[in-house]
Amino acid sequence: MATWNGPLEKIDNYRWQIPKSYKTGMRVPGLIYADADMVKQIKEEQGPEQVANVAFLPGIVDYSLAMPDIHWGYGFPIGGVAAMRLDDGVVSPGGVGFDINCGVRLLRTNLMKDDVAPKVKPLMDALYNSVPSGVGSRGRIKLKGGDINEVLRKGSRWAVEHGYGRPEDLETTEESGEMAGADPSKVSGRAKERGEPQLGTLGSGNHFLEVALVDKINEPDIARAMGINEVGQVMLYVHCGSRGLGHQVADDYVKEMVRAMAKYGINLPDRQLACSPVKSPEGQSYLGAMRCAANYAWANRQCIAHWVREAFCQVLGIKEADAGLELIYDVAHNIAKIEEHQVNGQKLKLCVHRKGATRAFPAGHPDVPRKYAHIGQPVLIPGDMGRLSYVLVGTERAMQETFGSTCHGAGRVQSRSAAKRHLSGREVLESLASRGITVRTGSLPGLAEEASEAYKDVTSVVGVAHNAGISKIVARTRPIGVIKG
Amino acid sequence: MKRYKLIEHTADMGLVAYGHDLADAFANAAYGLFAIIADLGRVKEKESRQIELQEEDVETLLFEWLNRLLYVFDVEMLLLKRFDMEHFDDSSLKATCYGEKYDPARHRLKRGVKSATYHMLKVDRERNQVRVIFDV
Repeated sequence: MATWNGPLEKIDNYRWQIPKSYKTGMRVPGLIYADADMVKQIKEEQGPEQVANVAFLPGIVDYSLAMPDIHWGYGFPIGGVAAMRLDDGVVSPGGVGFDINCGVRLLRTNLMKDDVAPKVKPLMDALYNSVPSGVGSRGRIKLKGGDINEVLRKGSRWAVEHGYGRPEDLETTEESGEMAGADPSKVSGRAKERGEPQLGTLGSGNHFLEVALVDKINEPDIARAMGINEVGQVMLYVHCGSRGLGHQVADDYVKEMVRAMAKYGINLPDRQLACSPVKSPEGQSYLGAMRCAANYAWANRQCIAHWVREAFCQVLGIKEADAGLELIYDVAHNIAKIEEHQVNGQKLKLCVHRKGATRAFPAGHPDVPRKYAHIGQPVLIPGDMGRLSYVLVGTERAMQETFGSTCHGAGRVQSRSAAKRHLSGREVLESLASRGITVRTGSLPGLAEEASEAYKDVTSVVGVAHNAGISKIVARTRPIGVIKG
Repeated sequence: MKRYKLIEHTADMGLVAYGHDLADAFANAAYGLFAIIADLGRVKEKESRQIELQEEDVETLLFEWLNRLLYVFDVEMLLLKRFDMEHFDDSSLKATCYGEKYDPARHRLKRGVKSATYHMLKVDRERNQVRVIFDV
């Protein structure tokens, strides 16, 4: 693909601006968080053009932002953050993406490497067997007529009420896993039909389960507050989203907003940015449906985490109470939310879009769980399956600059076909095995597409977020076992 | 004549589909979509589904056509490989689609496709070509 030749003005070592004058129609400048090496890579494709295009959206305030894992997406760039005023601003389903509330949760354990490493193969087999994964995977949960509406309204709470997980899991889930304002009547029958058989499934693509070891602790006091105590401690990640239900909600509303744009007199450079005023019937319906999809995703991760706990204890022959397995946190990275932020010294409610970006609220913010009030909201940044993942916390600076947002992952640098040309699934499997990582997957080609080489190094991505001050590194983990959907 | 060509996109995948007319290009785009999802070699034409669409314009017709097929796959696990267009104009189509239910013993799924997108979506009437990027 063509390189991008637009203007990128250096503000400091980690901030690069696309001036408002770059394209007629930009309402605010663009701002990309990156270091000099990343900028070279970023300009090799059209990500910055997408940052500029997002700046066209009505009601956008301050900047069209891109986090350091920015890469070329559709409509919005992946890693994009944009906040709109409620009075004259818009909501864009493309600014959330098709996998609504794709997100990550992290469970801690009381176990150490030596407890788990000798049993990692049977553990990965048990996890693979208990969590349905892969294209079109079907769940173990049988929803009856009308149940789906309860899932959409209650999210994680529905799961806990039906025996999946612990009540205290809700306290450490973003939005308590139950976003208010979810309106199942705004979710189409087709979306519900897709969602019903898929609840409690991982799906495919970059979704995964990971068994990891704490590799380094940068902030021991903050880490301890999360139950991350020492190097070698075993952790578990779950990464997935809202499955076919979320995809259908996005399809339905992108289409509806493409139709409505003429009515609202909105012209945009890319139809995938289609939007409607936040306060319009279309905008309100989308938000009501999107919150349902977000709740579905939280219920999904909640059910999966329950089976992960069961399989873990069964293979290791221990009781759940002894294993720990507390939920450190669960974050969304594809979502739109109404939040209060400071704009030009004034408190203002805004519709914040995060597409491939994570909320990163600081210590003391009312939306941060009570147990983390003194450290800030945990931020979970999974790397690719062969490398490190990071635990960070939100900062005051993120609140001031990025509407309380930071990066969400490594960010792709290679297309899927390019990744496969370089390495076969078998080669990727062997290379991971040689680094002590046991992998289970239903799809070897899918594995090749997710090879480490296809991604930026998450360490440099997280480094920029840390050095720019929009989040703070607490600890890092490395995988010993991965289930690739 | 080649039915379609895959196009590179960093995060996702896309295709350009060709045809002797636009209806044919739509059918080939659908074939390409299922070829992204699965190996179609061993898929038999055992079952059929009819799809009828009425949309605002030809671009939305393409977007909805492919997304409706993804819905059918998601709900019924039907792998489709032949698409007979019985009616086609700038804003509507009627097609009978043939294939069979996914059978893990005989079929190999390659990857999931979340959705067709409007990003770079193009319907070229002169050359009877369509282009679409999928979220995978």
